[in-house]
Order: sequence, then C-alpha cells, then structure tokens
Amino acid sequence: MYAFEYQRPKSVADAVAALAKSGGKALAGGQSLVGAMKLRLANPGTIVDLSGIAELRGIKKEGDAIVIGALTTHAEVASSSVVKQSIPALAAVAEGIGDRQVRNRGTLGGSIANNDPAADYPAAVLALGATVHTNKRKIIADDFFKGMYETALAADEIITAVSFPVPKKAAYMKFPQPASRFALVGVFVAQTGGGTRVAVTGAAPHVHRASTIEAALSKSFTADAAKAVKIPADHLNNDIHGSAAYRAHLVSVMASRAVAAAG
Amino acid sequence: MGNSELNTVGQSVRRKEDYRFLTGCGQYTDDVNPPHHTHAYFLRSPHAHANIRRIDTAKAKAAPGVVAVYTGADLTGVNGLPCGWLITGTDGQPMKEPPHPVLAQGKVRYVGDGFAMVIAETPAQAKDAAELIDVDYDAVPAVVNPVEALKAGAPQIHDGAPGNKCYTWALGDKAAVDAAFAKAAHVTQLDIVNNRLIPNAIEPRAAVASYSRADDGYTLYVTSQNPHVERLLMTAFVLGLPETKVRVIAPDVGGGFGSKIYLYPEETAMVWASKRVNRPIKWTAERSESFLADAHGRDHVTHAELALDPDGKFLAMRVHTTAAMGAYLSTFASCIPTILYATLLAGQYTTPAIYCEVTAAFTNTAPVDAYRGAGRPEATYVVERLVHAAASEMGIAQDEIRRRNFIREFPYQTPVALLYDTGGYDACLDEAMRIADVQGFAARKAEAAKRGKLRGLGYAAYIEACGLAPSNIAGTLGARAGLYEVGQVRVNPTGGVTVFTGSHSHGQGHETTFSQVVASRLGIPIENVEIVHGDTGRIPFGMGTYGSRSLAVGGTAIIKALDKVVAKGKKIAAHLLEAAEADIEFKDGKFTVAGTDRSKAFGEVALAAYVPHNYPLDKLEPGLDETAFYDPTNFTFPAGTHICEVEIDPDTGKVAIVNFSACDDFGNIINPMIVEGQVHGGVVQGIGQALLEQCVYDQESGQLLTGSYMDYALPRADDVPSFKVTTKVTPCTHNPLGAKGCGEAGAIGAPAALMNAVHDALSAAGVTYLDMPATPHRVWSALQAAKH
Ligand SMILES: Cc1cc2nc3c(=O)[nH]c(=O)nc-3n(C[C@H](O)[C@H](O)[C@H](O)COP(=O)(O)OP(=O)(O)OC[C@H]3O[C@@H](n4cnc5c(N)ncnc54)[C@H](O)[C@@H]3O)c2cc1C
Repeated sequence: MYAFEYQRPKSVADAVAALAKSGGKALAGGQSLVGAMKLRLANPGTIVDLSGIAELRGIKKEGDAIVIGALTTHAEVASSSVVKQSIPALAAVAEGIGDRQVRNRGTLGGSIANNDPAADYPAAVLALGATVHTNKRKIIADDFFKGMYETALAADEIITAVSFPVPKKAAYMKFPQPASRFALVGVFVAQTGGGTRVAVTGAAPHVHRASTIEAALSKSFTADAAKAVKIPADHLNNDIHGSAAYRAHLVSVMASRAVAAAG
Repeated sequence: MGNSELNTVGQSVRRKEDYRFLTGCGQYTDDVNPPHHTHAYFLRSPHAHANIRRIDTAKAKAAPGVVAVYTGADLTGVNGLPCGWLITGTDGQPMKEPPHPVLAQGKVRYVGDGFAMVIAETPAQAKDAAELIDVDYDAVPAVVNPVEALKAGAPQIHDGAPGNKCYTWALGDKAAVDAAFAKAAHVTQLDIVNNRLIPNAIEPRAAVASYSRADDGYTLYVTSQNPHVERLLMTAFVLGLPETKVRVIAPDVGGGFGSKIYLYPEETAMVWASKRVNRPIKWTAERSESFLADAHGRDHVTHAELALDPDGKFLAMRVHTTAAMGAYLSTFASCIPTILYATLLAGQYTTPAIYCEVTAAFTNTAPVDAYRGAGRPEATYVVERLVHAAASEMGIAQDEIRRRNFIREFPYQTPVALLYDTGGYDACLDEAMRIADVQGFAARKAEAAKRGKLRGLGYAAYIEACGLAPSNIAGTLGARAGLYEVGQVRVNPTGGVTVFTGSHSHGQGHETTFSQVVASRLGIPIENVEIVHGDTGRIPFGMGTYGSRSLAVGGTAIIKALDKVVAKGKKIAAHLLEAAEADIEFKDGKFTVAGTDRSKAFGEVALAAYVPHNYPLDKLEPGLDETAFYDPTNFTFPAGTHICEVEIDPDTGKVAIVNFSACDDFGNIINPMIVEGQVHGGVVQGIGQALLEQCVYDQESGQLLTGSYMDYALPRADDVPSFKVTTKVTPCTHNPLGAKGCGEAGAIGAPAALMNAVHDALSAAGVTYLDMPATPHRVWSALQAAKH
C-alpha cells in the first residue's frame, strides 16, 4: 500500500467537496478498494471515507419501491425483512456475495460503483430496472453501467441510494467461478412493470441485458423457453475458468433456473 | 487414579497444543520482533525468462529508511543452494545441477525469481525503495511445460543443462516388461497429466535473522519443517559458516505440506546480510509471494500402460513420465518423481514386472518439490486410473479386479525395489465398501438419473512408503543426508519429563501424540511430559518432519531413549531396594522387585538420580537423561481403500461429492482423533487437486495466471462432504510402536478415487478421459465433445 491522506466527512456535500478538491477516492466497505491498494494496483492520494455519513445508510419502502442507502452492507440487505418481503431475490443476491466478513463490510454503493464484470449486484440493479441516486441526479440502470469497471459516475459524484421498483417475480441464479466465487455467469430474471428484464453478469466484459431471452420469456415465462435460447459466444469472456462457449451455454441454463425459481 | 488409566495410547486425548493456538498464544516466526530489527523485501522478476543487462540500485539506496540494498553481485563467497539428492541417469551420468543462486545474477528464470534484497526500517519503505531499482531486462522466450521444454528448439534455461534435461532415470526390468506386453490378452493405456499444485500453508514463509558480534553467531527463526537440515545446508554448503555459530529455530509453524522442508534463498540471504547490516532482519512473505516463490508440487506428464491376462490378472506395467523441476533444483526435487514415485507403482498388486522411465525437465516456473504425498499421489494416480480403466474395458467389477491382484503374502518384494513388511488389503477394501454402501449404489444412481444427474463410484486402493527411512538404502539411492531420527528424554529431579525430538510439528499434534507415548510408557500423567522441538540450540541433530515419518521414526527414537531411561532406572531401583537388577520389573510407573510388593515409584528413582545420596556412584553416573538415534530397517507401508461417490450435473458440468469413504491401515494408532484429522485434511487436499486446484502459467509469456485466490481454487468447507473414515490395523513389523504413518494418505488416495468416480459417472455419456482438476468447464466440455 502506498501512503495516502485520509478524510472522514460528515455529510455528502463535504464528501463531494473533498473528492473534488483532492482528486481522491471514496471509501465505502473497502472490500474492493483496499485490496487493490494493498496490491499497489490503486494509489489514491486521498481516501474520503464515507462511513461517517449517516444519511447514506438504511432501507425503506417508498411507494412501490425499496430504497436502499449506498452505504448499506450486503449483510444488512440480506437480513432485511423489508427486502425479504418485497424483493426476496435481492436479499438472496446479497446473501450470495463473498463470505460473511465481506458481507459485513461490503456495500451496495461500492459494488455498483466498482462495476466488477463478475459482480452480483449490477445484475440485480439492471434487471429490476432500478434507479441510482447520486448527490446530483438520478440515473436509470440502463444508463448507469457503461463498461468494464466503468459507470456513468463522475469522479466527484457519490451514489447516495438505489431505488428498486418491486417486481412481480424475480430470481437470481449464480454459477460461481470456483476460485473467487464471483459469478462465472449470473442471471437475474425479473417480471417488472416495464416487462420482463434479464440481466447477465460474469459472462461478458460488463453486465448487460439478454434481449433474446427477454423476448422468449415475454412470450412464455417458462424455464424451457429460457433454456431454448441459444446465446452466441462471440464477445463473451474466455479465460482459464471457462470458454466463451461454456459461458454462453451457462447463460441459458442459469436463466432457465432463475425462471423456475421465480415461480 | 489407577496407573493403568495413565495409559492413554489408543485414546483421543485432546490436543495439548490447542490451548495456545486457540487463544492466540502461538509463537510464530512473524511474532518474533527483536529490538531494532529491519525489514527485508525481495525484488522478483516480472519476466519468466530474461537476461539482466544492468541493475541500478543507487536511487533505492538513497530512499528513506533504507539500510542496505544487495544484488547477487554483492554475495561474494556465497555458493548456490544445494540439492539434497543425487539422481544418476540411465546414461550413468549424474543429474545436471545448474547453479541455484541465492539472488539471481545475469539472468532470471521464472516470474518471481528474486534478484535483489532491500533492507529498510519498515516493510513499506523496503517495498517503496525496491520500486526505485532500475533494471534493464532483455526478455527472451520462455517455456513452462516440461514436455515442451524437452523439445528441440525450446528456449535454453541453463547453460549447464542442454535441452533443459536434468536427467533420464529408470527403474525395473524393461526386457521382462516388454516380453509380458507382447503376450498380453489386453493392454490398457492412458495419457495422464498430474496437475501442478501450489501448497498454500495458512502461514506464509517467514524468517528473522540476527547476528551477534558478541559471539560472532547467528540466530535464524524460520518457518521450517526441519531446522537442522536447514542449518546444515545453509552453513556447510552455501555460506561456509561453522554450524556451531548458527542456531536455527522453527517455532510454531502454521502448516508446511512439504513446502517448508527446503532451504530457500530468502532466509539464506538474510542470514548473510544480518552480519553486514549488524541488525536483525525480518521478512514475512506476502500471499502473492507465496504463490510465486514457494516450491510447487506434482506437474507430471505420463504415458502409462498395463498388460493383463484374459482374467484381468496384471502381467506388467510400463510408465514413461516427464516431470517438471521448475527453474532450479529445489532441495529434494530430484528424488520426488523417481525414488518416491517409481517405487510405488506396484501399488497393492502382484504385478510381476514393472518398468518406469522418468525424464526431469527444467522449466521457466517456480521450482517443484515435495508436496503432501510427494511422488506417491502421482504413483497411486497412475496405478489406480489404469486399474479402473482396465476393469471398465474388460467388463470386470472394480472391486473384483483389485481382489484378483492383491498381494496377500508378506513380506512381499515388489519388482520396483520395495519390500512390503505387512498389510491387509482385502480387509480395507471390504470395510470401505461397507461404509460406502456400495450395495445401494445402483439404486442411488437410478434415482439420480431420474433427476437428470450422472452418478459414479470410484475406488482407489493406494499404498505409500512412509517412515523415511533406512539411511543406508537411501544413501545407495542418492540421498545426501541421513534419514534417522533422534529423541532425548530428560527426566527432571521431580519426575517430570522433557522430551527433545528431532521431529517437527507444524500442525500434526506431536506434542499430544508423543506425550501419550511417553506418559504411557513411564506410567506418569500426560501433563508431566513436555515435548520440545524445532530448535537446533536445544535438540540433538534431527532430521525433521516430512513423508509421514514422525511417529514411526521420531516416535521410535523416543521409545528407544525411554528404554534406556527404564534400564538405568532399574539399576537405581535395584540399589534402593537392595535387590538384584535382574529382579526389578518396571510397570505402571513403578520399579518392583519381582514377586514382592516392594517397589519404588518412577519419581523416587528420578529424585535419587539427581540427589545421589544413597546411590551406587561407583558403578553408575548420576542423572537420568538419555538420547537415542533410530535408523529404521525399512520403510513403513500404510495402505487402504478410498471410495468416492459423485453426482454430476450435465447442464453445468459441476461435480458434487456426495460420499467419501476411507478405510486406512496406519498400523497401531496412538490418538484416533488426530489420525482422523490428518485423514480429513489429506482428503481435502486430494479433493482440491482432483476438483479445483490447478497452477496455470501462460504458455507464451510464462506469467502465473493463478497468482491469488481469485484464480487458484482452494477447497472450502462446502466443497467437501462429511467424510466416513475408519481404520483396520496390521501393525508395522519393524518398529516397536507398530506405527506406519497417516499424514499423507488422504492426499494420496483421494484424487484417484474421485477421478475414477467422475469417469464412472461420465462413461455412460461416452466420455472416456478427463484430466484433473475436473472443473465444471472441463466436465461440460468433455460431455459436449462426446456428443459429437
Ligand atoms: C473475498 C471477497 C469476495 C467477494 N465476493 C464477491 C461476490 O461473490 N460477488 C460480488 O458481487 N462481490 C464480491 N466481492 C466484492 C464486494 O462485494 C465488495 O464489497 C464490493 O464490490 C465493493 O463494495 P465496498 O463497499 O467494499 O466498496 P469499496 O471497496 O470501498 O469501493 C469500491 C469502489 O467504489 C467506489 N465507491 C464506494 N462507494 C461509493 C459511493 N457511495 N459512491 C461512489 N463511489 C463509491 C470507491 O471509490 C471504489 O472505487 C468480494 C470481495 C471480497 C474481498
């Protein structure tokens, strides 16, 4: 780890100002950022620790949506009765992230800001058609995830919360990469007010919607319909843990299992 | 308490050492913080193969907190690291031993090859300064696969090893084997890759080296499985220091699995530098360094053939193996794929003729050496995969083909140099089949098929040679060290006993097992026994722990020392009881005049030995402190059968282990709980190899692609089932404990049992061959290939 300056502001406004002034990085749970710093892969001159900002925490129901503060941990989402009641699939996503220690530290905001190509939350945010709230705007999920580790966020922009519309049905199926247990392929399927949405993580350089599966499921929301869709392997990830063809196949399989689980 | 209750042999006594481990009171190398110590950081090659044109350390030397910066050029008078085992090739020539410099000079040969050492006030300062070292690399092509390395035109790694060949070595009667194959009714052939593994002890390697001007002496705390061997190799072969001036302490060590047997460059450079900087130096490997620069295991490519008669009797076996050595010869690298591999190819079977040829190749990778099982898992894998395939091909049941070939008469001389003293292979097979509920398998398979899943059952009837072993035999085979063990029993005046053992515990529970042996023999409470290990300053010259040898060899040395204590105690008791020495019996902690109730307790005799007021000083020295060195007459031969049941999801290729049953014969057992724990750990590592673990270097660039837990899959608790383990006993015939060793068996039996189960499950789908690890991707790909 390289040496760095450390700040712990009390408000979003102060945090944004600190980021703008220092050009540093926001710190949430540290489960991605600190690891990268320890490996000397990240060298933020200044760390702006968000943990002192109370308004970034918490889970509440607002109308037809569940609004979760950016700093809410995976463990809090996994065990929240509000989430479990309204969007059990979202609680299940959180429960399936990493290990207990990671879930007790890692946060929703950190996960989607990081936008790891194999992370779980981005699939949920995208498939549920959630809206990302920041200190200056609201960004719909379809506009938020831009590329590998890339989002619509500006350098001094902070996610404050994510608003998830409650779906009719939803489920997430993750086939873990055997070593990291991030998603080798993860598929989130949701029947929402805006139609059937299917988001895929792990398979490609970044989270994306599987339009062919969405089309098939719009006609027939059945496991067989999802499984029958042949996903082309071009542009999918190909590495020591799985070929592009294997990932393509798993997308259909995980989608069909998610549909079955969604009931 | 009746004295017979003090005999705890055979009981699951709770581990004495666990109190300190569970309460955070363990003292590991990283806990050692001498005053004014500095920190070392090793700069490692980012290239798999490169000439170093120039190294400029000026900026690093001027960086904040830096005490010194050394490169290979500074280490004048320091030799390379030695290899402890000489293999003589089929051409009669000694193996090629190219220099293994402490810090690479002129050329780096693998990603992670250390070539500069920075010593600074803090670890961060050392690391910061290392980034300022300016290196001019001339990267050249690399080769990481041992078969590729031997091909004409492969990049040449060492000038002294043309064609990257270390040796070609052979064992067995080739003519007899060829003749048997010519008349065989059936021949089974397999091409096998035994995947390269990274050891992953929970405690990374670490060292603290100090120099004292007062006595011109050095103290080295180091994560070692064998501190005396470490000291001998470092002083006599590399640094040219008197052994008397170097004390090596291996305190609590958090796992080794072989990877901490060796003399490594880091601690050697640190001892050398500690005098130069005249301050203690500390280094603890980061996990990334462990991946890069600990000695790895396995990495074989093998063509294996089994010849059978029409009834499935084995006629002969022929094995050709290419084994990777990595970039340099690690301490025992050369003997693993030869002496500890080819000799095990008889397995549990009467195969009359066996021939094995092994070619060892240098590759641009981390060195390869012993890893839990060391050669024996590779041998068992070859034998048991061949047996499984032969049975499938010939339509013979898996248990039946094994029974038709089991050795049943002992002692048994194998065609590959070993003499098995005893065993009971049918009993282990029968019991393993019973606990695995083999009878119910067909029904379970049918039920799984209804759910669209593929079930399979796999057997491994393994054998291993442990208790390494007779020094004279090892010597003729090329060992450059002895393989005996030492035990010293120091009885204290008040009757407590301190035992100094040359064995080393890094997770095995010696403090408990050895205490049970001593307390039971002397008839004293286990709390009165203290086991001391791991310090060349306190213990006679011992050989350390590896190859499941500690109880069979180290425990026996203690028994021999105890015999001497009892013998002397009888003389003292005879004097105290005014009886003839021949009439004194020792039992349950008492020296008794035979046939009388006149006796002296062990403690009374001990006190007399140290307060010799009423004592035969004219005939006997005072004191009760005896040492024994024990050199076994043979190896021990633990054996058993492991049976694994898997269920495969053809949609994803995922293999789930639904059942794992093991019946092992470890000879007599001192502490069943500890033995069971060793089996569990070993089986998990075996499952890791078969299902998850795979060290991958990029074939082109030579970069380590599995350099962290993000890509190197270690087994987790939920990857393994609840094991069913049990034992059968045929006591070892040549050591007084009748013990054989249990530390490696799990890692030896499990991979073959698991892969045989995977093959059994996939055979109906037309898959004929799969290498380890059977990852979901691999299994799925094999299923797809079989469809076309
Ligand atoms: C062992 C391990 C296993 C894991 N397994 C999984 C897994 O299975 N699935 C999975 O999805 N993830 C997994 N993770 C990642 C984990 O979920 C991380 O917690 C998450 O990706 C990052 O969240 P964080 O709160 O720790 O963010 P940090 O590490 O603190 O920050 C990550 C990035 O997000 C930025 N950031 C943080 N908060 C905000 C905000 N409010 N506004 C703007 N930018 C912000 C930071 O500046 C930084 O760039 C694992 C991590 C570990 C260490």
